[in-house]
Amino acid sequence: MFTPEFYIRICILILLIAGIFFLEKFTGWVTLFLANFGKYGIFLRETFRKPVKFSIFRRQFMIEMVNLGINSLPIAIIIALFTGAVITIQTAYNITSPIVPKYTVGLATRDSMILEFAPTIVSLILAGKVGSSIASEIGTMRVTEQIDALEIMGLNSASFLVAPKISAAMLFNPILVIICMFFGIGGGWLFGTATGIITGENYIMGIQYAFVPFYIQYALIKTIFFAFLITSISCYFGYYTKGGALEVGKASTNGVVYSSIFILLINYVLTQLILA
Amino acid sequence: MIEVKNLSKSFPARKVLDNISVTLQQGKTNLIIGSSGSGKTTFIKCLVGLFEIDEGSILYDGDNFTDLPDKERREIRKKIGMVFQGGALFDSMTVIENVLFPLNIFSTMARSEKEDRANFCLQRVNILNANSLYPSEISGGMKKRVAIARAIAMNPRYLFFDEPNSGLDPQTAILIDQLIEEITEEYDITTVINTHDMNSVLEIGQNIIFLNQGKLHWEGNKEEILLTEDPALENFVYASNLFKQLRKEMIRKK
Repeated sequence: MFTPEFYIRICILILLIAGIFFLEKFTGWVTLFLANFGKYGIFLRETFRKPVKFSIFRRQFMIEMVNLGINSLPIAIIIALFTGAVITIQTAYNITSPIVPKYTVGLATRDSMILEFAPTIVSLILAGKVGSSIASEIGTMRVTEQIDALEIMGLNSASFLVAPKISAAMLFNPILVIICMFFGIGGGWLFGTATGIITGENYIMGIQYAFVPFYIQYALIKTIFFAFLITSISCYFGYYTKGGALEVGKASTNGVVYSSIFILLINYVLTQLILA
Repeated sequence: MIEVKNLSKSFPARKVLDNISVTLQQGKTNLIIGSSGSGKTTFIKCLVGLFEIDEGSILYDGDNFTDLPDKERREIRKKIGMVFQGGALFDSMTVIENVLFPLNIFSTMARSEKEDRANFCLQRVNILNANSLYPSEISGGMKKRVAIARAIAMNPRYLFFDEPNSGLDPQTAILIDQLIEEITEEYDITTVINTHDMNSVLEIGQNIIFLNQGKLHWEGNKEEILLTEDPALENFVYASNLFKQLRKEMIRKK
């Protein structure tokens, strides 16, 4: 009975069942993704409807600039400072060949900070800080019926709550990223010279050498996209929260996870489109 | 006046409201009563448009709310005030800012007029010296009263209350009930209250609608409800032994 053929048939049967099970799950995921994607589109359409009063929008916009932008400055600066320092140290220790000039350390720090670390890493950090805060704020408003109260008043709650957040982040995050570029490059100089890895002259020469201004534009374009993703995705998960405190926590986690995934995805797409 | 015609609403798992037709009268307190899960909250949320209905129509003074496009619906909503179960005050705003909020958005009044109006509404609900406090710093009863002040700030024509007395002590609950009745008569508005508090029913029940398993089961006033012989309503009204004894006394005296 237990012939090799028997075992092969059993294996095929198991693979077939697993295949059907996976296919069912996969179609479920695809359906769920498409449903959420459509809902996200409708949510954005509601968000960008004309506000009831521009004076109210302006006031909310200024509040969000402080909440999402200025309040994120300290953490962003600390991250940029140490990231710049680490890039400098790592680059210096990896350049062992005497052919490679010393100023390459400064050049590598500058380009790494401008191209990738300031826009992408800072945006990923903001996805955690700002994204979770937005999703939990709006999620709590949803479960405590504050959003329903806005709707009952005849207000477009999505436009009132979400549009100022998205606009503020899209305007302030590029400023934040430029500040981070300065602090990152400055951090490299500070730690590099303080530890004697590189001289100040070499570092300054490196950051001035073969500078491509377009890299700044590229970084800022990316940042605007990332700011939109962080705020809109987090708001989306918060806005459609159902239940209580547990669901608000889940919405917050989902906001951070999906913002981060889409940042990485769009980072690749934009890099391919702009630089390749 | 709000007319509800053949309203039905289902959720994927079950039918919550089944062919309800009822008239909610102007200048009166209309109470929606029923046990938990009878569809009261769904009914009130359908009335204000927070839930889309499957069938039927809702007419606000003759205007068919259900058929209106979103923009015109918002215009009707501006005439609606609603007090939610937990108050739904905006956490980030103080008491006075909460009441000022609808005025700042929709009113064309001057700043000082808006402030006067907000202060008047707060005084009307007996909230004094709490303007600068945040919702987290005031009691449940005060939250409900601030929510009422916010709801009446724009002089609504229709006022909705979702469980106004839940979580309140009996004395505060009576104060809230009296306040609702006074406001309804004073402004001649259509007030709809969703409750399962029998004290409220007996205190302010001018027009009572009893929902049972998603259907309109009974309609009457507070005098009629006490003498009902409908078994489902009797079970709801006389759930406690005290009320059962009172009913026996009433029937005996009659």
